[in-house]
Amino acid sequence: MDDIDRAIINALQDGFPVCERPYAAAAEKIGIDEAELLRRLAALREQNTISRFGPLFHAERLGGALTLAAMRIPQQEMERVVALVNAHPEVAHNYERAHVFNMWFVLATETEAELLAVIQTIETETGYPVYNMPKLEEYYLNLRFAV
Amino acid sequence: MDMNALPRTSADNLTDADRRLVAAIQHGLPLVSHPYAVLGDQCGMTEEQVMTRLAGLLADGTIKRLGVVVRHRELGYRANAMVVWDIADDKVSELGHCIGRFEFVTLCYRRPRRLPAWPYNLFCMIHGQDRDAVLERVRQIEQHCQIADVPHEVLFSRRRFKQRGAIYAPLQPGSNT
Repeated sequence: MDDIDRAIINALQDGFPVCERPYAAAAEKIGIDEAELLRRLAALREQNTISRFGPLFHAERLGGALTLAAMRIPQQEMERVVALVNAHPEVAHNYERAHVFNMWFVLATETEAELLAVIQTIETETGYPVYNMPKLEEYYLNLRFAV
Repeated sequence: MDMNALPRTSADNLTDADRRLVAAIQHGLPLVSHPYAVLGDQCGMTEEQVMTRLAGLLADGTIKRLGVVVRHRELGYRANAMVVWDIADDKVSELGHCIGRFEFVTLCYRRPRRLPAWPYNLFCMIHGQDRDAVLERVRQIEQHCQIADVPHEVLFSRRRFKQRGAIYAPLQPGSNT
């Protein structure tokens, strides 16, 4: 990753134009041309530096249901439980954290009822309780990283 | 008709065309010169209609942001901590806003306690180059928001088991959920 890649990431985390040739417009601001921006974005995606290029939706506005769930899994059971949990397409991300509550994952479904159904299925499959901790109030969200 | 003039506060207000557009765009913008024309082809709209609706969905907050989402670990943010506090219910909103004001906090939410096992109700995420940097940031928050005496824990991430692109389920055109 060089300075131009960094400039691209910093610029495009702030937004992307809605016009006929948005890559050309964005490229001009960065000081490169459209073809170079397209080439570099494809490479950044290929290298996995960018997880997504597109919209960040307000999930609730789309009618979707979203929650954060936690589990307490003994270390020797971890691999088995990870495989069971990750197998559900509704699991968006899943992290191990250094705590007795050591597994934390985000569930996304179309409805609240589906959310609860997935939680129940995971509990049955794994034999461990799932602690459901949906967002009650949002004070701040800005998934932006300076590079 | 100016679609943008319609108030849109819930999913019920999304049209079938909106849903087709959301389904087409959720896996990302095509890397071509005219990406909105390509999306239009996928959902039966013209390039201009796609741009009008995207501008509308951005303006009403259905799309929070259009742009890149990075994988922070690949960018050198090796330490990522979820910091949780047990804040008195009547203080949680005020402190949530106080904590959310720090530029290194990427999100700050109130969530339910799960007593007795889980007493914490305020959650924020802090990313940093390493663990010490993250802990120093937690100290800054404690000092500034005057919560040094409030029970809290710092949960560093160990492994990423899964991170998929889109964070919501595919939407069926016409489904009214």
